[in-house]
Amino acid sequence: MPAQSIWTLLSWGPEGWLDDIAYGALITIALALATLPIGLTIGFFIALAKQSEEPSLRLAANIYTTVFRGLPELVTLFLFFFGMPILLQHLVRYFRPDTTIDVNSFVAGMIVLALIFSSYASEVFLSAFRAIPKGQYEGGYAIGLSNWLTMRKVIVPQLLRIAFPGLENCWLSLLKDTSLVSVVGLAETLRNASIAARVTKHAFLFFGVASLVFLGLAVLSSFATSAILRSLGRREAQR
Amino acid sequence: MRISLRIALAASAALLTLGVAQAQEKTLRIGTEGAYPPFNNLTADGQLVGFDIDIAKALCDEMKVKCTFVAQDWDGIIPALQAGKFDAIVASMSITPERMEKVDFSHKYYNTPSALAVPKDSTLKGVTKEDLAGKTIGVATTTTHFNYASKTYTDSTVKGYPSSPEEQADLANGRLDAIEDDIVVLQQFLDSPDGACCKILGQPSPQPVEIFGPGAGIAVRKGETDLVNKLNSAIDAIRANGKYKEINDKYFKFDVYGAES
Amino acid sequence: MSAAATMVERPPPRARGWPRRRIAGYALVCLWILFGIGIVSYLVLAWNPEFFAKYAPAYLSGLGVTLALVSISMVLGAILSVPVAYGRMSKNRILSGLAYCYVYFFRGTPLLVQTYLVYYGLGSFRVELQSVGLWDFFKDAFNCGVFAFALNTAAYQAEILRGAIESVPRGQWEGAASLGLHKLQTLRKIILPQALIVALRPYGNELILMVKASAIVAIITVYDLMGNAKLAFANSFDIQAYIWVALVYLVMVEILRHGVEWIERRITVHLKR
Repeated sequence: MPAQSIWTLLSWGPEGWLDDIAYGALITIALALATLPIGLTIGFFIALAKQSEEPSLRLAANIYTTVFRGLPELVTLFLFFFGMPILLQHLVRYFRPDTTIDVNSFVAGMIVLALIFSSYASEVFLSAFRAIPKGQYEGGYAIGLSNWLTMRKVIVPQLLRIAFPGLENCWLSLLKDTSLVSVVGLAETLRNASIAARVTKHAFLFFGVASLVFLGLAVLSSFATSAILRSLGRREAQR
Repeated sequence: MRISLRIALAASAALLTLGVAQAQEKTLRIGTEGAYPPFNNLTADGQLVGFDIDIAKALCDEMKVKCTFVAQDWDGIIPALQAGKFDAIVASMSITPERMEKVDFSHKYYNTPSALAVPKDSTLKGVTKEDLAGKTIGVATTTTHFNYASKTYTDSTVKGYPSSPEEQADLANGRLDAIEDDIVVLQQFLDSPDGACCKILGQPSPQPVEIFGPGAGIAVRKGETDLVNKLNSAIDAIRANGKYKEINDKYFKFDVYGAES
Repeated sequence: MSAAATMVERPPPRARGWPRRRIAGYALVCLWILFGIGIVSYLVLAWNPEFFAKYAPAYLSGLGVTLALVSISMVLGAILSVPVAYGRMSKNRILSGLAYCYVYFFRGTPLLVQTYLVYYGLGSFRVELQSVGLWDFFKDAFNCGVFAFALNTAAYQAEILRGAIESVPRGQWEGAASLGLHKLQTLRKIILPQALIVALRPYGNELILMVKASAIVAIITVYDLMGNAKLAFANSFDIQAYIWVALVYLVMVEILRHGVEWIERRITVHLKR
């Protein structure tokens, strides 16, 4: 097989590997996009907890970020991927002895990436919270808005704008961290590239292609974020 | 807060339903590695092919069940079986006492010896501990070959690889002085253009059965005796009706089953 | 923004009784405590002297490999980051373009891909590398790891360095120039001391990130801390292999984090008012 030309190897279809890598790229994007809302939500609540007046909430949130920022991503992934099914199995066996639990690698990857993403995003949210003057809350309450409405109508819009650059960094890390899920068998970009490398022995070619895919995704995201920034800026100007 | 709480709850519920999929009894899900030619390998269009796959398909036909295949990296293949990602492993897994603590095995469906391969210009003469002292040997981790190499070649550096193709690539490019693997897998590599660099050095002897086991079997979760019995009679059946020989001859010039047990 | 930071904040009155957030807080802390007890009791229950005797020395030597890998690549990266940062700040279009591409590539692609590219990718160029005498270096998996990590961290460190130097106001350069100091002297005596205070925290973060990222060399056959954990797990299928290694990494990262904070407090004493 190594006698095949590079162009056959990179072709689309049963002979070539480009379709596999493109499919992998889709999985990469899907994984990152599926993780994003979960990670943002958890990160937001962690930041809320961290700036709460309640010490126990702050403690709980600090333990969370210490653990998930302190553990190597790969270790978290392995612990979760190999440990979670065993744990769940023990729990479920009490109710229904015959079930087996399948934490598939996409879901495991999504949960682990969300844990990691949220602990970094919470720091970004926290410093954004600190940048919003107290008067904004007081103004909200003064015009009779509830806690929740003040948060949604007054604070969050400002928060997002302040936190945006930091969150963009978190997103780029997330995009790169998806590659780690390849080691537990999710058929994303890097995994399909390494299968191709393994079968065809053209390691440099296929890992090179994989790095170009990630580079392309990074360029795409920077287009997307600058578009979002522009629209945020426009809305700002309309006020 | 209440709405967000509800959203969070809904999201976590969705996650759980996604994550928890109950095993379906109707189809048998078979786990294999996909990086061990000619026994199991992946093609460019994502298909699993090889001796193991054909045997598994023949067994499924014999047992009259539908089978699906799942590719899973070798070092996580037993945990994945235990976790229920699939119901049986057909991946050239040797029946060893260590593994039998974790899983149950069918009878063997083939048995081929372990061997070492070296570069053609290698000065190595034999495969004893003394011959290989100071050399670097590559082996796929958590295989019987790896266990043998790390117990036997204690004066050499034994490097663990995730799968056989990586160790073969590193033998070809000179990072390794020798690799140990199944002789059939080595021969397949040596017959490929990349394997032109290298040759078989020899087979370790004796090959202790407590390390290598009586051959490769099909692993299932502990306690699933029913499935084991079905698999055993299916193996006997395809041995008897010529199906096994047909598959054997498709891949090999000799009988890989080994001695009758 | 600075107005908010300096605003006098009245201490909020201590909430009494059991407001909702306190219930939530206690519940979450309890959850963590339960989790901790769970882990500890699991480790106690699964305590296996045989496992420990077999793998503890391996973990220890793995720790040594991890520390060596991280420290060598950090230092090499720091050296390499200087020309890259210089290129990034250069007015020369070609130079700054090159440096930009370097930084973009290494920050835009996963370290895992870069490591694969170096280890497996360069492995297929044995003949070419041999002819220039570099193969002996790339033959070794540890060297490949160091090479990939040093290139990667150099990109990040270059950006840290550039950010820190640019954070020093222009007036400092001008002031030094008017005193007759030449550029190198200004950089060494005036700019860098100020810049390094700014850069300390990002450098600390980068070091922590490197310690965590170093786990991926386990995948290219280096027996670092993670590599030994993988091996122990593969041989025993015992999840405590990963729990132990997780604890070691956690302790390592916490020590580094507090160390950086301590140093930062020490060197910014003169800035406190």
